[in-house]
Amino acid sequence: MKKKWLSYPYIIWMLFFILIPLILVFFYSITIRTDEGLAFTLKQYKRFLEPIYIKVFIRSVYLALISTVLCLLLGYPMAMILAGRDFKKKNIMVLLFVIPMWMNFLLRTYAWMTLLERRGLINTFLSFIGLPSLNLLYTQEAVVLGMVYNFLPFMVLPIYSVLSKIDRQLIEAAEDLGANSFTIFRKIIFPLSLPGVTSGITMVFLPAVTTFVISRLLGGGQFTLIGNLIEQQFLYVGDWNFGSAISMIMMIVILLSMGVMSRYDKEHEGGGLW
Amino acid sequence: MKKRVKILVFAVLLSLTIILLSSCGKENKTTLNVYNWGDYIDESVIKTFEEQYKIKVNYDTFSTNEDMYVKIKSGGGNYDLLFPSDYMIKKMINEGMLQKLDFNNIPNYKYIEERFENLDYDPQNEYSVPYMWGTLGILYNKTMVTKPITAWRDLWDEEYKKQILMLDSQRDSIGIALKMLGYSMNSKKTEELEAAKQALIKQKPLVLAYVGDDVKDKMISGEAALAVVWSGDAVYMIRENPDLDYILPTEGTNLWFDAMVIPSTSKHKTEAEKFINFLCEPEIAFKNTDYIGYSTPHIEAKKMLEPELLNSIAAYPKEEELVNSEIFDDLSSVIREYDRIWTEIKAE
Amino acid sequence: MVNRSLKKIYAILIYLFLYAPIIILVVFSFNASKSRGTWSGFTLKWYLELFRDRQIMKSLYYTMLVAILSSLIATIIGTAAAISIHKMKNFKKTIIMNLTYLPVVNPDIVTGLSLMILFIFTRFPLGFISLLLAHITFNIPYVILSVLPKLKQLDKHLYEAALDLGATPWYAYKKVILPEIMPGIITGLLLAFTLSVDDFVISFFTTGSGVSTLSITIYSMARRGINPKINALSTLLFLTVLLLLIIVNMRMSGESTKKEREI
Repeated sequence: MKKKWLSYPYIIWMLFFILIPLILVFFYSITIRTDEGLAFTLKQYKRFLEPIYIKVFIRSVYLALISTVLCLLLGYPMAMILAGRDFKKKNIMVLLFVIPMWMNFLLRTYAWMTLLERRGLINTFLSFIGLPSLNLLYTQEAVVLGMVYNFLPFMVLPIYSVLSKIDRQLIEAAEDLGANSFTIFRKIIFPLSLPGVTSGITMVFLPAVTTFVISRLLGGGQFTLIGNLIEQQFLYVGDWNFGSAISMIMMIVILLSMGVMSRYDKEHEGGGLW
Repeated sequence: MKKRVKILVFAVLLSLTIILLSSCGKENKTTLNVYNWGDYIDESVIKTFEEQYKIKVNYDTFSTNEDMYVKIKSGGGNYDLLFPSDYMIKKMINEGMLQKLDFNNIPNYKYIEERFENLDYDPQNEYSVPYMWGTLGILYNKTMVTKPITAWRDLWDEEYKKQILMLDSQRDSIGIALKMLGYSMNSKKTEELEAAKQALIKQKPLVLAYVGDDVKDKMISGEAALAVVWSGDAVYMIRENPDLDYILPTEGTNLWFDAMVIPSTSKHKTEAEKFINFLCEPEIAFKNTDYIGYSTPHIEAKKMLEPELLNSIAAYPKEEELVNSEIFDDLSSVIREYDRIWTEIKAE
Repeated sequence: MVNRSLKKIYAILIYLFLYAPIIILVVFSFNASKSRGTWSGFTLKWYLELFRDRQIMKSLYYTMLVAILSSLIATIIGTAAAISIHKMKNFKKTIIMNLTYLPVVNPDIVTGLSLMILFIFTRFPLGFISLLLAHITFNIPYVILSVLPKLKQLDKHLYEAALDLGATPWYAYKKVILPEIMPGIITGLLLAFTLSVDDFVISFFTTGSGVSTLSITIYSMARRGINPKINALSTLLFLTVLLLLIIVNMRMSGESTKKEREI
């Protein structure tokens, strides 16, 4: 219990920079400015229940989910490779994984457009080897690609950091007892890496739900996501009340589902070892 | 381990000292805080001003009118000079966010073309001095169209399915639909807006994408046949790809202005006016319009431009070509209606 | 052996995916045309113009300063927080973790605006410090999320064993816990740095006059088209980082292999 003080700086920080802003957003979401002053209302929340907004919300969650699953499928093997013994310069490999993300986001996304366009590099290459060109840009797939590209390191790194120190003796013992590599993965490696996987999913899924620049650029503005909706309310319409209400709803829905997920995580934490 | 921690601590301390040192080294000059669009000035001009007037210029940039507005409105920036667009200026005037200019301090105002005085967004001409202006029009690729392009109607032509780039901006796109239907671009009438919405929904299958600034690269590389663009960018695109051409639609179009204004919170009004006056000096105005490539409202600067540019319909349309054109008005609360329509179109 | 080359091919493909846009970006920094739409010849003019651009140089300075400081401070606060969150009982832990998720789940615009209002309301001047505070705020959750899994993995008896052997709590921490969770801390630091470099919306609203980051400068160029000077700058930054990596790498191979395993 001597370690309690370690969390104090963070708790103070949180109260100031997370809790107060949260209260502010909540306050905006339940008030409305009338001629007589401020009035309390739940109108904003009701408004969100209209079919178009629900549609946008479902689409955002759907795209974010697909991106998260893809990140996990692509990222897990990569994390294993990075953590394994196959390559010597692990640190360098890990660093090389994040360096592309240090280039500005807008520039990277524009570069993707150059690759995906009708007359872009991928299509030029396809027609060069005699294949028909594809409609790549301005599709939902392009949006998902953009998300996977931008969030992949956030999946790989936490899984890598967990995998990198799994006790080798555990695996060797299992091998000695005659387990094949799939069983070892299923019974030992994967359960042990679960905390990393949970963190990875959190860091990919949550920001992916609210991203809006990717869908605007790679989706050609045709797929309004919840992030676009919120941005529009705050900046263009000036309706901070409705914008706040959308954020509050999203926050609650997502945190609730996170809660369900963390329960799942706990079940595995202790029992999944052997 | 130890070594690494030491290096970390050292790095933090070093950076902190750098900050402290850099904030101490301030000279006793007045500082003018200028807030402009990115890449919207010839930077050498700022330097010249600083040397001539012994005023330090803090130059910051914003990316949209709305970003800038939200920041100024909430009191988040102590700026002395802003460069918003027409409708935003009107909104800011209505909300009492701007100061009246003292035109005695801006003698160079005489160089501004007379037709740009007393415009709708500043009817008494008290708050603003125009910086750049232009139109909204259709840019098309001559090799990709079969008939001459003349009007907004052509953006609804089935022949150009998935060849059309619209702007990802509710105001402009709904404005275009309204204009195509023969209404005002500033319409606040529900029936007219409903008709515009239906038109845009009908158009959606033909549209390749709703784009922002990426339209330039797209049109230059020949990705689409038609695109809605702003005139200043059209000049640049035609220079990069001679297959392109720009027209002003016959139904009439949007006339836009970016103008210099001083927010009411500014404490350096006279210095800001000096800067406005400086930007209106013929040489300086020419430098800026030459660097940016947008059209200048400055008589003398215009004279220094190449005659070829002056004859281009994109850069300097004749007055008779602009008869049906409108400047965007501040929509105030009707903007919610626009937003709803736009969301519905996009969610289709 | 087959297995190994399969792994190699997979890794190469993933790196290709990551670096494809970067290659494009580098190539276009040598394009004579301002547009990505055409290639009109090789030039170095963007590199020359870059160094004359006060605005870009100023934003580069602030970007680096904010990214380095905020990721370091966030890593320190976040790691400490993670260690004590890990020890907390269920209920308290749930509340704190849910609050921790907030900056991650909130759209940038909401975080940015609410922080701006907080600063304005408390009369805190907008400028470098407010920018730094905002960056630390959205960085901390990522550090916590990176460090926590490593703590969960930790052998609970390790620390106690160290205490039994007579180590002071602080010494036990430094020598036993920290090395064990180091990969998580480094991950957190890297992710925090990445986020900080890339953020536009929150930076835009929490900074004040005279302090601008590269993201702000680049996004504000969007209306006129992003100037290839930015591509030139990115290329230079990229090469610098690569060069540093190679140098560090060479020095590390010179040292004992023990050191290599430590990170």
